[in-house]
Amino acid sequence: MTYNQPNNQGFYGQFGGQFVPETLMTAVKELEVAYEDSKKDPVFQAELKELLKDYVGRENPLYFAKRLTEYAGGAKIYLKREDLNHTGAHKINNALGQVLLAKKMGKNKVIAETGAGQHGVATATAAALFGMECTIYMGEEDVKRQSLNVFRMELLGAKVHSVTDGSRVLKDAVNAALRAWVAQVEDTHYVMGSVLGPHPFPQIVRDYQAVIGQEARAQFLEKENKLPDALVACVGGGSNSMGLFYPFVNDESVEMYGVEAAGLGIDTPHHAATITKGRPGVLHGTLMDVLQDENGQILEAFSISAGLDYPGIGPEHSYFNAVGRAKYVDITDEEALEGFKILSRTEGIIPALESSHAIAYAVKLAKELGSEKTMIVCLSGRGDKDVVQVKERLEAEKEVK
Amino acid sequence: MKTLQAKLSNKKNNFVPYIMAGDHERGLEGLNETIQLLEQAGSSAIEIGVPFSDPVADGPVIEQAGLRALAKNVSLSKILDSLKSIETEVPLVIMTYFNPVYQFGIENFVAALENTAVKGLIIPDLPKEHEAYIKPFITDKDICLVPLVSLTTPISRQKELVVDAEGFIYAVAINGVTGKENAYSNQLDHHLETLSKLTDIPVLTGFGISTLTDVERFNKVSAGVIVGSKIVRDLHENKESDVIKFIKNAINF
Repeated sequence: MTYNQPNNQGFYGQFGGQFVPETLMTAVKELEVAYEDSKKDPVFQAELKELLKDYVGRENPLYFAKRLTEYAGGAKIYLKREDLNHTGAHKINNALGQVLLAKKMGKNKVIAETGAGQHGVATATAAALFGMECTIYMGEEDVKRQSLNVFRMELLGAKVHSVTDGSRVLKDAVNAALRAWVAQVEDTHYVMGSVLGPHPFPQIVRDYQAVIGQEARAQFLEKENKLPDALVACVGGGSNSMGLFYPFVNDESVEMYGVEAAGLGIDTPHHAATITKGRPGVLHGTLMDVLQDENGQILEAFSISAGLDYPGIGPEHSYFNAVGRAKYVDITDEEALEGFKILSRTEGIIPALESSHAIAYAVKLAKELGSEKTMIVCLSGRGDKDVVQVKERLEAEKEVK
Repeated sequence: MKTLQAKLSNKKNNFVPYIMAGDHERGLEGLNETIQLLEQAGSSAIEIGVPFSDPVADGPVIEQAGLRALAKNVSLSKILDSLKSIETEVPLVIMTYFNPVYQFGIENFVAALENTAVKGLIIPDLPKEHEAYIKPFITDKDICLVPLVSLTTPISRQKELVVDAEGFIYAVAINGVTGKENAYSNQLDHHLETLSKLTDIPVLTGFGISTLTDVERFNKVSAGVIVGSKIVRDLHENKESDVIKFIKNAINF
């Protein structure tokens, strides 16, 4: 049966929907219509395709990681090199699409939330390219932790609004961006950064990120003349993973692994393992698996990687999990750091800490699958942004020893 | 006609204050006292806020009140327990985000409202499209699901929202969060008049109302006002007498 989600109300099985205040209903409905129109608009599609090619640098390689494969001692590991995109991560695929869509809708301002700053940088980049006014909402804690990305966004002409409400991290930045959107909904588009939020955002972000899986599928078929046995990608909100998974959804032989951040461990309170430890709930406009207490209050997520530090997960991932289409597994901070080092040493590629979770799991999985099998790992971003943090951490560990 | 609507339809200049349950020195033990105070001052109905960690429709005053309540371990289940023993002639309206109710269980939630003074529900993140999560459980009960109508709601949709509405219509007076002051547009009065003409159900205006001048303005073009952030702030600062005076003045405009 051909996969056909979401339904016309924006649900993926029981997950998804449009749980937003009435003030935003007109905007999300308008966005649904504009997005459907843009899919059928050959001029829009041609412009986006050209930008992805000439500005982002697509298609990017599907690279056979020979030495990583030897290190793992099992299945062949291919890396989809989203780290080679302009701005250094997959986030630009979606930001460009949405800013182009905003322009088509006649909106002259964009706003976005950001955690580590990658989506903020991508949105600021796309806004600069189109000469649009851009405001990025970022939790005060993240502003402190990621000052270099704050500077990047400002350099690109964006205004960075430091969010001092609540716990001052990504989820609070989303709250602030949603509130700001309510206040200026008539001339502003909210560039949602992941497969989250009210319908049609999870679908739009999935479709703009699906270029990852579309390219990877064709590239893999060309190199190996068959489909891969497994796909592996890290999951915070879940945009790079959904982008890789979605084009394979009807390929039943292909197994999908979404790697969640287990932080200090899933048996501690400090993790971001939403599928493993959360349960269905409504946050930020959508029904999805959420980390929450017994009364439905949202809990803070924790991970070494700010990009995975979110207490929810895209509704389509919740659906994939519920119907068994994808498996969701966990990698701790320690394991991710190991992945960070292993890829650097075996392949000369420094991965983002987010992607390091996928690398760490891929090494485990490769051993389990054995040398007859193959896999594609989404290398969602490069690690330049993380080297200072990793350096400080490794030095601190040395001192303790 | 359900109680909430009947009570509000009887009069003009309805005043509906909002309070955050548990945002009191004595936590939920102070809830009854606040309700009695607001009833005696002349409120037509009282909104009881349920604290939520991520209140996207609210401004800083109500968000902070919610965090104070959460710090006192206030939860929906404890609020429902407290409401069982509170007697008032004024209909209570629970204002909550959807997730606490969804986690409590919708059927259990509605069942727990029996034998309380709760006659209405406001769920800002449950739009018309998703009302089927709640509506089937309250159709035969004396509980109304109050719809919100915003300035961005086109006339065609306003008609859909009011057609089978019960209780009252909550007219959101600004594109923004609760407690945002001095932000009313020139077209607001016309919008409220037009909306009121679409329906026999009372239209109450809310969001950002903090002065008697605002109250007077909206009493002219709607059936009354909802005042949240101002009340929450004054109660938090122990200015009970100011609150009483404000309400007494407001209902006389």
